[in-house]
Amino acid sequence: MSAPRTLLDKLWQTHEVSRGDDGVSLLWVDRHLVHEGSHHAFAKLAARKMPLYAPELTFAVVDHYAPTRGRDDAFAPQIARMIETLEANAQQHGLEIFGLHDPRQGIVHVVGPEQGLTLPGLLINCGDSHTSTHGAFGALAFGIGATEVAHVLATQTIRQRKPRAMRITVEGTLGPGVSAKDIALGWIARLGTDGAQGHALEYAGSAVRALSMEGRMTLCNLSIEGGARFGMIAPDETTFAYLEPRAHAPKGSRWTQAVADWSLLQTDAEAKFDRDIRLDAAEIAPTVTWGTSPEQALPITGTVPDPASLPQGKADQARAALDYMGLRAGQPLEGTPVDQVFLGSCTNARIEDLRAAAAVLSGRRAKVPGIVSPGSMLVKQQAEQEGLDRIFIDAGLEWVASGCSMCVGMNGDLVAPGKRCASSTNRNFRGRQGKGARTHLMSPVMVAAAAVTGTLADARPLLEGRAP
Amino acid sequence: MSGWSTYKGRAVALPLENVDTDQLIPARFMSAPRSEGYGGFLLHDLREDDAAFPLDRVPGATVLVAGRNFGCGSSREAAVYALVDAGFRAVIAPSFGDIFASNAVNNGLLPAALPAEVVTQWTQALGSAPQEAHIDLDAGRITIAGKTHPFTLDATWRLKLINGWDDIDLTASQSAAIDAFAADRRDSYPWAWPTT
Repeated sequence: MSAPRTLLDKLWQTHEVSRGDDGVSLLWVDRHLVHEGSHHAFAKLAARKMPLYAPELTFAVVDHYAPTRGRDDAFAPQIARMIETLEANAQQHGLEIFGLHDPRQGIVHVVGPEQGLTLPGLLINCGDSHTSTHGAFGALAFGIGATEVAHVLATQTIRQRKPRAMRITVEGTLGPGVSAKDIALGWIARLGTDGAQGHALEYAGSAVRALSMEGRMTLCNLSIEGGARFGMIAPDETTFAYLEPRAHAPKGSRWTQAVADWSLLQTDAEAKFDRDIRLDAAEIAPTVTWGTSPEQALPITGTVPDPASLPQGKADQARAALDYMGLRAGQPLEGTPVDQVFLGSCTNARIEDLRAAAAVLSGRRAKVPGIVSPGSMLVKQQAEQEGLDRIFIDAGLEWVASGCSMCVGMNGDLVAPGKRCASSTNRNFRGRQGKGARTHLMSPVMVAAAAVTGTLADARPLLEGRAP
Repeated sequence: MSGWSTYKGRAVALPLENVDTDQLIPARFMSAPRSEGYGGFLLHDLREDDAAFPLDRVPGATVLVAGRNFGCGSSREAAVYALVDAGFRAVIAPSFGDIFASNAVNNGLLPAALPAEVVTQWTQALGSAPQEAHIDLDAGRITIAGKTHPFTLDATWRLKLINGWDDIDLTASQSAAIDAFAADRRDSYPWAWPTT
């Protein structure tokens, strides 16, 4: 009998074209997703006069620069140029594109799964660090740089040394108002933003199995914030049920064979991980960040830490973060006034996220302005069918089109200098949402709670008697 | 891209941990074509807000000594372009973001990992007076302020830097193997091709 293997081992082996004497593997890429930022890679390819190896496996999505308002009007020339360049590259190379006016347009890490382009057992690359999102389906998915994007375009392969294997097992049941976002912020706060560096993460345990695909995507999405280029979850009935109706998913006998193959994508019982971490779901609380790194996070019931109580390196970083964030040591997080909220991004803008936020906002008014940008135009349409748009609009929030929007601000959706934003996004880096912007990361229900109270707030009391 | 095996240049310390790619190049600059040069975008907002920013105190520096987890965050290769276009040839730190490090090597920029104590020692030495750094890629050693230490670097990355290879060069010899793999995968796993 062969040695027990991890999900990572199985996925790696089925994609290995060759392995050099140096141990670096050449891996086959099943899906390649490109966006406006991929222009450097297309330029590299053009400079070498190389064609695409397999244009039918590359899909283009307009997201990073997508205007969320006034799509039919003229917009800033540098934004128009970025979108036109992607469209021109897609046309030149014969790529299917989800363009600005396509009803399926959205954020690349929402569109891929939604269209059934993301499947278990695939290797998926995209020039974006949140590509780990697709690992939620039991795929080997990781973000790459522009030179690597050019390599995938030219060869449909990627050179990669196999990472070490790490598992985070979450057992038990999450409390009401606690979600995948809180699991992620919790482990990153504990292990640090380099806690999983050099590793591929597999998430396991009863609390992970109980998550919907949306929740699993949120969890895998944030792997990179803990340093892991890869995050993955073994596929199961939840995965198959999500995928079966999707446009690009296999049909008929191909579907039957696929499910049989996918059912084998499990870590064997005795397989060993280089690092194995266990968490208790019942101990996880709604979590918010207080600093400028995702590891600077605490339960909402906590107080801003005193840098003097931290080790040297972390103390300096905490001092700088508090100065930038305009917070003082010892101040309770709850009750900190916010200027605005943002609900969106590849981390937390899927239908379940919008439903969760709407459960808090229903029949209430936001005390601060905010934007709700659905993860895709199809999510937007579904939310409108469910009447969620009315809840957001009646609360006083702006209901806009889909894109990366205020998570990264490339399309001009920015937080003004010194303003504090409660955000369902993935990075609270200095200046991430705009120069001088102060970002607090949190889950969708916590963003809704911040909107309703005008402060950082615990969503749990606001959810009493309401779903979810 | 041209390779290199030894290098001498002026070192500067940036004693910060978790310098993320949004610091290295703020997102708003990323729509510029590379031909315009990305050097002026390097650490733009941190520099703008701090008249005494370390990089501006040591003009012409080409070797950066920084804290742990340098280049964490996004996959934007523009973070590396900003460093390279500003003249940097090496970054020395206790650890690097995984994607940043591979992007660096693909652009001839050395991400040299050294123990935190050594980095702290060099940071202190660089705080008092400008110093030359001497990098020997073949031997895997760096000398700053008279102190020589070995650094950790993936063996393949070392070869790529020395020879100026990028991944497309390395894969050119594999095209027959890729064709065969693709044909076999299509037979064995037809579901892996998208339904149209």
